[in-house]
Amino acid sequence: MKNSIIILTVIVALAAASCGGGGSTAGKQKQVTLSAAGATFPQPFYNLAFKRYNEAGGPLINYGGIGSGGGIKSLRDQIVDFAATDAYLSDAELAEMPGEVVHIPTCIGAVVIAYNLPGVTDLKLTPELLEGIFLGNIKMWNDPKILAVNPGLVVPDMEITVVYRSDGSGTTYIFSDYMSKVSPVWSAQLGTGKALNWPAGIGAKGNPGVAGTISQSEGSIGYIGFEYAFSQKIPMAKVMNSAGFYIEPTLDSFTAAAAAEMPADTRVMITNSPNPAAYPISSFTWIIMYRELAYGKHSPEAAEAAVNTVKWLTGEEAQAIATSVHYAALPQNASLQAAALLKGITYEGAPVLK
Amino acid sequence: MSGDRITKALLFISSLTILLLSAGIVISLFGGSIPAFREFGLRFITSSAWNPTAGSEEYGAMAFIAGTVITSILALIICIPMAFTTSLFIAEYYRDTRISGILRSLVDLLAGIPSIVYGFWGFYALRPLLVSTGLSDQGFGVFTASLVLAIMIVPYATSLSAEIISMVPAELKEAAYSLGATRREVIFSVVIPSARSGIIASFILALGRALGETMAVTMLIGNANVIPKGLFAPGNTMASVIANQFGEASGLKMSALIAVGLLLFLITALVNYLGKLIIKRFA
Repeated sequence: MKNSIIILTVIVALAAASCGGGGSTAGKQKQVTLSAAGATFPQPFYNLAFKRYNEAGGPLINYGGIGSGGGIKSLRDQIVDFAATDAYLSDAELAEMPGEVVHIPTCIGAVVIAYNLPGVTDLKLTPELLEGIFLGNIKMWNDPKILAVNPGLVVPDMEITVVYRSDGSGTTYIFSDYMSKVSPVWSAQLGTGKALNWPAGIGAKGNPGVAGTISQSEGSIGYIGFEYAFSQKIPMAKVMNSAGFYIEPTLDSFTAAAAAEMPADTRVMITNSPNPAAYPISSFTWIIMYRELAYGKHSPEAAEAAVNTVKWLTGEEAQAIATSVHYAALPQNASLQAAALLKGITYEGAPVLK
Repeated sequence: MSGDRITKALLFISSLTILLLSAGIVISLFGGSIPAFREFGLRFITSSAWNPTAGSEEYGAMAFIAGTVITSILALIICIPMAFTTSLFIAEYYRDTRISGILRSLVDLLAGIPSIVYGFWGFYALRPLLVSTGLSDQGFGVFTASLVLAIMIVPYATSLSAEIISMVPAELKEAAYSLGATRREVIFSVVIPSARSGIIASFILALGRALGETMAVTMLIGNANVIPKGLFAPGNTMASVIANQFGEASGLKMSALIAVGLLLFLITALVNYLGKLIIKRFA
């Protein structure tokens, strides 16, 4: 009884405190609040960029990192102003949406092969090795196939533990898209998707979960977003690209992957790029929004703020923020295309951007 | 008189709310799982295939049912000796002493630790320990998850058992002592028999909690969607797969996850019902 009174008091106090907080921000000025949701892969970039934009007088943006699928669902239910996804919408998914949807690329991320091997910081991998390791056919680190690609490598007689994402994720989608392109065996056995039927290894939740598991487990290898491996200082493998070069994951090698021609709607996967300087497991990540923003109770102010935010996000200032948190900036052709797409967004038929 | 009526009405409304809530949960679980059962039929329960790749989608819950049942039962087996002896210590052997008071607060403290903290402890402390014993390669798997689960459910079983044991009438024990029984004899022939149904109920409550535990398990079990091949092999549980895959699920996969939730609900209900049967028989 006494306990419950204390708990009740705490709850009331907390409620009062949070109401007080809300009141004071509302008192300052009438500010547009946008809600957005989606991919966790670019979330470190979005969080920082939206915070800076808000500090510079932009709208307050609440971004929920609920996953690409969750973001698409939220946009379909029209409960967000825009959503974020790592996998572009398929024609079938587009047909299910209540209105026409545009894809705006915001930056380039990459999926890296992170590993934890005592004494090894330089590891080269070919598509064949990736296929063998992740399908569970290459079981030991001192397998002759690994040593053939890495002459002189001193590896312990250790079992390989594959770590994959236990939750559905855009990171898995990008990795499996690449693997399906380079390996017919992979394409037939696992295919491309946000969640796969893994034949070997262990699953961990989220990019942070996989990164943590790899850094804590000797002999493990897994795929994670570049930012997560970089910030936790987990060694990353060089991957052989389609031109036969072993490419280190760097922002430059990600941008190189995006140098090719783009379709008008920007829906393109840039994995396995033919560019000899390109890191092969790179990908755009997109903001998705409706082409016609007058729907439901969507106000013209919110529509204008949303388009301006995305325009700013693809502009120079925000792209510099992207590089500071280890995402590669959009190449010129992509930002021009993004700008053109944004110009086509309307509210009640009239272009939102003047 | 009218105060009485108001109380009656309030009690009626709150009980009705509980009833409506449970009915609502069951109805929405049933409704949501219809597409999965329509697609796979009973195979959904017996199959252990879990292939979310578009085009060759196939879902079966057996791997998760096996993982849940194995980890929970194993946790219960590990929990019983710990919880049973601790509750005897607190409520009978050292009852009303300072040390039992301290121990009781510590047990209550364990119950208040969030699941994720147990998960962290398992991940950073217990797992490396298991790896160093050489029993397991990476320390992820059914056994690690069960061990942490056991520690998590000990406080529930202990508090409740201790409560029940301390409720055994003093007259009964005094009568036994006056007949010349030793302390051990009193415990085994008076205290335990008269508290039996309550003690069993406390372990069933603990099992129920183990069945639905999510976060700590998901961090330690390895999240491999297969029937565990051994004690130290990775697997997955029903609660864990739902927590992991709900975010990106849609269509048939969403329905399959809801169906897994429905099965978990049914298993928990079945365990509770069995518990009631056991209590009735021994009481």
